[in-house]
Amino acid sequence: MKILVPVKRAIDSNVKARVRSDQTGVDLANVKMSMNPFCEIAVEEAVRLKEKGVVEEIVAVSVGPIQAQETIRTALAMGADRGILIQTDADPEPLEVAKLLKNVALAEAPRLILMGKQAIDGDNNAVGQMLSALLAWPQATFASRIEVDGDVVRVTREVDGGLQTLELDLPAVVTADLRLNEPRYASLPNIMKAKRKTIDIKSPDDYGGIGQGHLAVLKVTEPAKRVAGVKLENASDLVNRLKTEAGVL
Amino acid sequence: MAVLVVADHDNVQLKDNTHKTVTAAKALSDDVDILVAGQSIAGVAAQAAKIAGVRKVLTAESEALGQHIAEALSASIAPLMANYDAILVPATSVGKNFAPRVAAMLDVAPISEIVAVIDSNTFVRPIYAGNALETVQSSDAKKVITVRATAFKAAEEGGSAPIEAIDPGPGAPHTRFVSDEIVKSDRPELAGAKIVVSGGRALGSAEEFHRVIEPLADKLGAAVGASRAAVDAGYAPNDYQVGQTGKVVAPQLYVAIGISGAIQHLAGMKDSKVIVAINKDADAPIFQVADYGLVADYKTAIPELMAALTAAGK
Repeated sequence: MKILVPVKRAIDSNVKARVRSDQTGVDLANVKMSMNPFCEIAVEEAVRLKEKGVVEEIVAVSVGPIQAQETIRTALAMGADRGILIQTDADPEPLEVAKLLKNVALAEAPRLILMGKQAIDGDNNAVGQMLSALLAWPQATFASRIEVDGDVVRVTREVDGGLQTLELDLPAVVTADLRLNEPRYASLPNIMKAKRKTIDIKSPDDYGGIGQGHLAVLKVTEPAKRVAGVKLENASDLVNRLKTEAGVL
Repeated sequence: MAVLVVADHDNVQLKDNTHKTVTAAKALSDDVDILVAGQSIAGVAAQAAKIAGVRKVLTAESEALGQHIAEALSASIAPLMANYDAILVPATSVGKNFAPRVAAMLDVAPISEIVAVIDSNTFVRPIYAGNALETVQSSDAKKVITVRATAFKAAEEGGSAPIEAIDPGPGAPHTRFVSDEIVKSDRPELAGAKIVVSGGRALGSAEEFHRVIEPLADKLGAAVGASRAAVDAGYAPNDYQVGQTGKVVAPQLYVAIGISGAIQHLAGMKDSKVIVAINKDADAPIFQVADYGLVADYKTAIPELMAALTAAGK
């Protein structure tokens, strides 16, 4: 079967995001960009399914600027077979991304769409769910275990209070949580091999276009900072202060 | 303008997140209804009806709704939105799962995890793991919003809203519930606890986590949390994780033991009223947000803390 893995180019997870002084957004000039960590987990899981013989082809798709080719190239080096870049300098809203991906899914006809649960920039946690709704395919978000079995996929999900396991008919949309796997580092031979794999550069118009935005960002500000308190000598002083000064015991 | 709040519950107990989400909804409109979607939920609906200022409580019942299946929830809720201008959902694992589906079905942009309401079109939400706050204005006629409940005060009780059953919708024909592994605990729930005791990677093992963190939590009547590092290492179950990708908590007292204070952990607890950090590394970033710090090895500090609490009558 074929798997579609949407991947996003985002700020590197080790970089601290800094708000621009004019409050128009987060400063991304000269900031290291990488594949969104949850997307990386999704790619890894797709590659493992291929190694198990469950999957024949992995298609990585990204919506973003021309540099997002590097993100797709990373997926190819990890083991994806080919890539599609829907090139745009606009920063489309999650709903618009979901609509583009819907049309990619209709064109590519994968049996499974495996993607990260959220991107670490917008923190929306929405595209997978919306894609599932638009396609009318079943969904399982926050996956910590995925098992494909014939025409179904069983997914164990991280939920408040523990775990929930669902069985979905394929085709389906599954979003990856942190503990699904630990993504591999691409080996040098695989990085070289990835350079020969195909990335099709497409326009949003090839997949229905990008509609009008629904949300205007009025400003982006820094959250209020906490001030460091006092360092205490011992536990009894701590208990004392929690009782009398802070009044929380 | 009328607003629908979707109740957070486990089919037995209404969760406090609902009360907090009602407060956020009241900032949009006085006409707030609550939907309780689940199975055998008469008791939950009765609890919801007691929240002050609620116009009415709707109930939708089916097996799939009782299992919180996203497809079933969105299919029952989307048609209801003909009667509402906004839907507010607590940003729990259930709410985050179905709310974007409702938005897609209505062709509107979902607004995730708001922490403040500026006006009926304008909201504040954290982005970049809480390192920035974004103020967004929606041009959609209907809003689909998830609410970070810790940012809002709980609505009072004292109401007696009427309860009305509605069509539960078509369920989820392509999704089957297999099993739940919900951890049963006598401790308070992490998300709403007044005191949280969290352990980090310094604990070194699951046994040590149990031995050190749990007795202290029980002495304080606290919920137990953990850093992502501790959960990843298998010292604590996944639902203990406090942080941007785990649970966001804002208790009266947060005690961080052996937690260095990675950005993603701070994003999940920095709105706590009082933060205590116990860490042997004096340079750990956690001390930059802690009101009280003890630079000490937990192995000596926790027994001393237990003794000091006993001496103080705890």
